[in-house]
Amino acid sequence: MFNIIKKTLTTGVVTERFKTPSDADLEQLGIEIKRHIDKNFYGSIAIRAVDAGSCNGCELEIHALNNPYYDIERFGIHFVASPRHADVLLVTGPVSRHMQTALLRTYEATPNPKWVVAVGDCAACGGEFGVSYASCGAVSSVIPVDMVIAGCPPTPLALLSGLLGLMKK
Amino acid sequence: MSDSNWTTDFLNQLNSDITIAQIDNPSTILWQIETIHWQRFAEIALQEKLRWVAGWAEQQGTQFFIHACFEKQGTYILLRTVSDEQRPSIRSQATVYPAANRSERHTQDMFGINFIGHPDNRRWTRHQAWPEDAFPLRKDFPVQGAPEAITPPDMHYPFVKSYGAGVYEIPVGPVHAGIIEPGHFRFQAVGELILNLEERLGYVHKGIEKIAEGRSPEALARLAGRVSGDTTVGHCWAACRAMEYAADVEIPPRAALIRGILAERERVANHLGDMGAICNDVAFIFAQMQFTRLREQWLRTNAKVFKHRLLMDKIVPGGVACDVSESSQALIKQDIVQLRKELADIMLAVDLSTTLEDRLYTAGYLSPELAAAYGTLGYVARASGQDFDVRRDATYAPYDQVTFKIPVESQGDIASRFWVRHKEINVALKLLEQFIDLLTPGELLTAWKTPLAGREGLGIVEGWRGEIVTYLRFDADNRIARYYTRDPSILNWPALEKLVLNNIVPDFPVCNKSLNGSYSGNDL
Repeated sequence: MFNIIKKTLTTGVVTERFKTPSDADLEQLGIEIKRHIDKNFYGSIAIRAVDAGSCNGCELEIHALNNPYYDIERFGIHFVASPRHADVLLVTGPVSRHMQTALLRTYEATPNPKWVVAVGDCAACGGEFGVSYASCGAVSSVIPVDMVIAGCPPTPLALLSGLLGLMKK
Repeated sequence: MSDSNWTTDFLNQLNSDITIAQIDNPSTILWQIETIHWQRFAEIALQEKLRWVAGWAEQQGTQFFIHACFEKQGTYILLRTVSDEQRPSIRSQATVYPAANRSERHTQDMFGINFIGHPDNRRWTRHQAWPEDAFPLRKDFPVQGAPEAITPPDMHYPFVKSYGAGVYEIPVGPVHAGIIEPGHFRFQAVGELILNLEERLGYVHKGIEKIAEGRSPEALARLAGRVSGDTTVGHCWAACRAMEYAADVEIPPRAALIRGILAERERVANHLGDMGAICNDVAFIFAQMQFTRLREQWLRTNAKVFKHRLLMDKIVPGGVACDVSESSQALIKQDIVQLRKELADIMLAVDLSTTLEDRLYTAGYLSPELAAAYGTLGYVARASGQDFDVRRDATYAPYDQVTFKIPVESQGDIASRFWVRHKEINVALKLLEQFIDLLTPGELLTAWKTPLAGREGLGIVEGWRGEIVTYLRFDADNRIARYYTRDPSILNWPALEKLVLNNIVPDFPVCNKSLNGSYSGNDL
């Protein structure tokens, strides 16, 4: 136990160490997100991430939003385990045909009002996989999309700034 | 990959039963046999303790080429048979090697090749996106297919059932509760105890093999880098090695060292993420936060040095598309010193944690016998006593210039898979230092040579999950005719069905994470 406390104390709070210009951007961005969320969602939005066929690169970066550097929950943005608890669906991948019905049902299970964010180049336009016998391509070919965050994969910063774009709508 | 003694003995033994035609190939030993001997070959191979590595097929004109790859003591044999039949039938090797099971089902779905006597010939990769009598990898199947507007769900897949008092079923997925890839798990349980687990994958099948056809070498490398995002370096390297064999291109020494640096950086990043996630699945949040913090620092250095956090598209046919400047070398080395120090602190706390001791030891046990029978790879295999690593046993540049240890454990539980990863991080850090010290000024790229039509290559590397095997063949005009890649997950996934038995349902997530198969790499 002593080791845990010692390491925790010596590590300190990395979340607040945004002194360099690029990381200061994040802080500013995050605060702005919080302002919009406060206005539109009374302080919090719940996100359900759905992998509809991605290569798992986007998932790695979405995961990173929860690490202590970005700590996305401090802005009132949190990930939930069910679409029934969600305000926003964060959809990655070209939609594989084998996931098409699952994605539609997830969308239907999400209560209104809801927003869909297509994350990554594949979700935006089909990316490297395009449209084929196995892939429907862009998420917008299956469900209505409100916002696109491009990148292969988008960095955690791009994900944060994308969510900001959604809030401004 | 030189010819070693056992292949001569093996050949002599085979010759009494089977006629072998030896074919020249720059990347591997290639033997062709009659279709009727397909299963017999596997039987003799098993007696001689060869490992079944991969299987795939290819259509050329009206003929079907069926392949299987075997390995022993670091020497690979590519086995081929050619069938002229419209609907080829061939005796299954899965009856001999359980590892071949899903691979043959994939080939059956994609080519309409019937494997006679297969122990489980239900469909595998095919759900409902194309009809039963259509085969996407046949040449007459258009890449666009003829899909319905909405592909129906795969409702009637014949799952294994169990009956009896108190037995119940838990269907999970394809959409899971966490931020993870889609797949379906069907549990049969009594109380909390798992009686049986059946995996149903294929949800993220994106037609990678089909859309690879007709690509240029550069475009194939990009696609290979997206077979499984967490293994972008591994798959891209395997594809480039295969293409370079086929085109007879040798990459510059500096490019080989940089590829090694990229691959080891990918290994460390993934192990850090996984170790944190394993701790998270047993609610040891301290370690989860520490490991994800270290992973983030590691990825930020990737972004600084290589301009991409996950290192995508840095390996290209003929070499690499990035350099490591002297200041970057210093940064990487400085990072390593810091990471060692931090890991030492964290691992001390981890080692003394009673939570982890209670949850990770003896849970998710995979015996060495099962690990071998299923042909498991990477840390999953090495935590269950399987002493194999491509980097050492079928070495390639730059690993042939350095000495390093391959950590092996025999305990076979989750703790073992956790600690093997920690040891692999330490080995990778040493390798990174050695590669940087070996860097000398030089070219990063060799000029590409268009290979002759029909040239083929087998590229094998040790990705962070284990051995990756990529086979490809060129058409005329520098175009890819066939691409197949076998992610280690394809052989590790079936082991999960075994190692969860007699564990409790709530321990499934941590069992799964300790193996961490790629869904995308499996489904292709």
